[in-house]
Amino acid sequence: MAQPQKVVVVGNGMVGYKFCEKLLNKAGGGSFSITVIGEEPRPAYDRVHLSAYFSGTSVDELTMAPASWYAENGIQLLTGECVLHIHPEAHYVMTHTGRKIEYDKLILATGSSAFVPPVPGVEKEGVFVYRTIEDLDAIISYAQGAGRAAVIGGGLLGLEAAKATLDLGLETHVIEFAPRLMPRQLDAAGAGMLKRKMEALGIQIHLNKNTAHFEGESNVKGLAFVDNTSLEVDMVVVSAGIRPRDELAKQAGLGVGPRGGIMVNDELQTTDSDIYAIGECALHKGMIYGLVAPGYEMAEVVANNLTLSIAKKGDVKSFNAFDMSTKLKLIGVDVASFGEPFCEHTPHDTIVVEDKLKGIYKRLNVTTDGKHLLGGILVGEADNYNMLLQMVKNQLILPPNPEDLVMPVRKGESAGAGMGVASLPDDASICSCENITKGTICEAIEGQNLGDVAAIKKCTKAGTGCGGCVPMLSDLLTETLKKQGKTVKKVLCEHFDYSRQEMYHLIKMSGTRTFDEVLKKHGKGCGCEVCKPAVASMLASIYNDVIAKQAVIQDTNDRYLANIQRGGTYSVVPRVPGGEITADQLIALGTVAKKYDLYCKITGGQRVDLFGARVEQLPFIWEELIDVGFESGHAYGKALRTVKSCVGNTWCRFGVQDAVGYAVRIENRYKGIRAPHKLKSAVSGCTRECAEAQSKDFGIIATEKGWNLYLCGNGGIKPQHAVLFASDLDDDTCIKYIDRFLMFYIKTAEPLQRTATWFNKLEGGLEYLRDVIINDSLGICAELEKEMEYLIETYHDEWRVAVETPEIRARFTHFVNSEEADPTLEFIEMRGQKRPSDW
Amino acid sequence: MTTQHTTWFKAAPISAFPENGGACVKYNDRQIAVFHFKQLDKWYATDNECPHKHQMILSRGMLGDQQGHPKVACPFHKKTFSLETGLNLQGEDYCINVYPVKVEDGFVFIGV
Repeated sequence: MAQPQKVVVVGNGMVGYKFCEKLLNKAGGGSFSITVIGEEPRPAYDRVHLSAYFSGTSVDELTMAPASWYAENGIQLLTGECVLHIHPEAHYVMTHTGRKIEYDKLILATGSSAFVPPVPGVEKEGVFVYRTIEDLDAIISYAQGAGRAAVIGGGLLGLEAAKATLDLGLETHVIEFAPRLMPRQLDAAGAGMLKRKMEALGIQIHLNKNTAHFEGESNVKGLAFVDNTSLEVDMVVVSAGIRPRDELAKQAGLGVGPRGGIMVNDELQTTDSDIYAIGECALHKGMIYGLVAPGYEMAEVVANNLTLSIAKKGDVKSFNAFDMSTKLKLIGVDVASFGEPFCEHTPHDTIVVEDKLKGIYKRLNVTTDGKHLLGGILVGEADNYNMLLQMVKNQLILPPNPEDLVMPVRKGESAGAGMGVASLPDDASICSCENITKGTICEAIEGQNLGDVAAIKKCTKAGTGCGGCVPMLSDLLTETLKKQGKTVKKVLCEHFDYSRQEMYHLIKMSGTRTFDEVLKKHGKGCGCEVCKPAVASMLASIYNDVIAKQAVIQDTNDRYLANIQRGGTYSVVPRVPGGEITADQLIALGTVAKKYDLYCKITGGQRVDLFGARVEQLPFIWEELIDVGFESGHAYGKALRTVKSCVGNTWCRFGVQDAVGYAVRIENRYKGIRAPHKLKSAVSGCTRECAEAQSKDFGIIATEKGWNLYLCGNGGIKPQHAVLFASDLDDDTCIKYIDRFLMFYIKTAEPLQRTATWFNKLEGGLEYLRDVIINDSLGICAELEKEMEYLIETYHDEWRVAVETPEIRARFTHFVNSEEADPTLEFIEMRGQKRPSDW
Repeated sequence: MTTQHTTWFKAAPISAFPENGGACVKYNDRQIAVFHFKQLDKWYATDNECPHKHQMILSRGMLGDQQGHPKVACPFHKKTFSLETGLNLQGEDYCINVYPVKVEDGFVFIGV
């Protein structure tokens, strides 16, 4: 057998990694011996989602593949090692440790570095670039002593960096040299809309600003601009573009472009045919591609052609000019640019939709005969991006009224008339990161009987890169299943062929009270982690029995009536109605926390959270809390959490009603009620709204005459303000409406659907909801009130029941055959308290 | 067929384990999750540690079936594992050890 070909990859970024993966997939083990040399101290990670690191995503989660992956596949991975020289004649590279590595084929995937303009003072402390995990760590640590940050560069990366400094709690300024943001992707109107949105989020944007020098002694203190203005800042992140890492190639005598980049031909060969360059370091026909999808395509071309040279079958692939379309979410604002966004040299007509109130700008460039789409720009709403891109790529004929493609989507209407995935040809590329076509995906769905998006991802790899095509995968699945005559009903899971609303009625009608009965009567199989908690929640909403009696169908938090935390300990949150608490109760909480060595934190809902309780300690802790009058706070349940309040007119000079008193009444009324998802509420004593009631599932704001009731708001992933449902209500009417509203939601929502999402999907919207709740248009209000009355009458403190019922209490142990606590629990000290050691 | 001799560890009486749920058994320095899958009239034993984030937790997981195949879902991130083979059912790379279980005279024994 022939000696395996020696392939050496310089650079272990996303593209370098993807090349290894593709080469292995195509050639299998044995044909190549692969060595990867990366200068960073860790294996390749997802740089596209780097800003997720600030919001808590760990390095592990960002890692493309762990070091063990390379070992398992016979790849020699050298991290923290720099290549110093390439010797093209002798076919070897030399690293900084003096290691000499021979190659038959050399792949340069050296990527790019941040471009730092040579502005005087740029070397000062507190000036950073935004490129690697180390850069991010340095930014995070420096930010602790800083109040105000400037990001130089208003392009794609610069705005990502601005999000990061904003997330770190800094006052954030973006400095852009050009007259608009994202000049390479957006036109003036689109960039203007983006600027308004960024400013609304608290980011200050400075355009037409050319930095003259950095001010400050050893540490940066400010920026001075050419127009003689200046800005005081505590730190600066420079994000003024990228510079291809071509220094190794240059030194080895390979051709490089006048403005940087390693010159390559269509097969990605450099001027030495045994050396290739891929990704951001490669200069192809005068273009540097700073996006991941073209980089992956380059990796594909080289992996294909190398395999070909050994296997001697298949076709030589070449790299063609790649589409630079891109869609991203910048600080919650959708921005997309596709095809030819500007059409500077192509005859075209434009269709523009601009809604300054909603912050939406959409521009389509169509051919002058109105038949084809050339490209466009989307700001503020980019739901149709994938379809529009496919229309450009596949030269689809436009519908008769192309403006419908960009008209804002209204509630209850389906998006984009006449442009379902069905209209796409089979060779349309759906996942551009992995280059997977519609045909391949549909074949996999049909041929392998795939039933959900996760299965499509696993089987075809589509959607595993940037994830932007996942909504289309879901549409393709629905379409394909429909074509096969399969129903696509929103059923609970494989064990129940009903929606939640149908299940709710069936359970009520049949009078089934346990999961086993429900399964036997209405389902099949044994159940699973999806349907068990869903049925448990419905049973609780209907009968309000003690949930601990059916412990094994409850999600883990409900099973142990506490919130599981890292390490496997639990947290304890007693109910503090309205946030009103006596000094004696505070002392009792402190005494218990001290006795059991619990970490203490004030929650966002005006309560106290005690962390680090071992499972066997829970009943003892609660026994002591119950003794001083505390009850379960249901922080662990899909149930009413807290009714937050401001202090109201009993103390506050602005208050017009007794907010605390009313909050206490409301919280005690609805405590313990289980719903499809958690419920939060708040009462504010005047229009200043200190209790933030408009961000709650039901919020109440005092007026001179009574209460304004707001419904269906939430914080969370997608914050949404509650809508004003009714004004100037008296105490009892307000409660009557809430009774009806809550029961209507509990009976009709999907599993784990919060009121905001439920409301968004409610046909008829606010008017319909008012009709049902106020005008009783469905004739169900008496029933809703009766059902709510039952839940209130059957309230019990679950923790009191658990503590007082020996067979329930006995379940709170770690081992069944030992009294011992879990010996693997480890804590470390943090700011004078404890926390679990890292996982 | 295994010809290896199995050592049986007497864990606890049947009543110590919840029906259609799990509990954790201490065996020397190890932690083994034991599940009484009453619906299938079967007992299963696995590592108590979920390999995803190395948490001693699987005994508190939820039982279920995927197309008839018995599984347990980890409480932390809902990773699911086959109770028969220990393989991760979402196609991820980690798996757990499974152990034989027998019930005699009202007691549960684990083959260790």
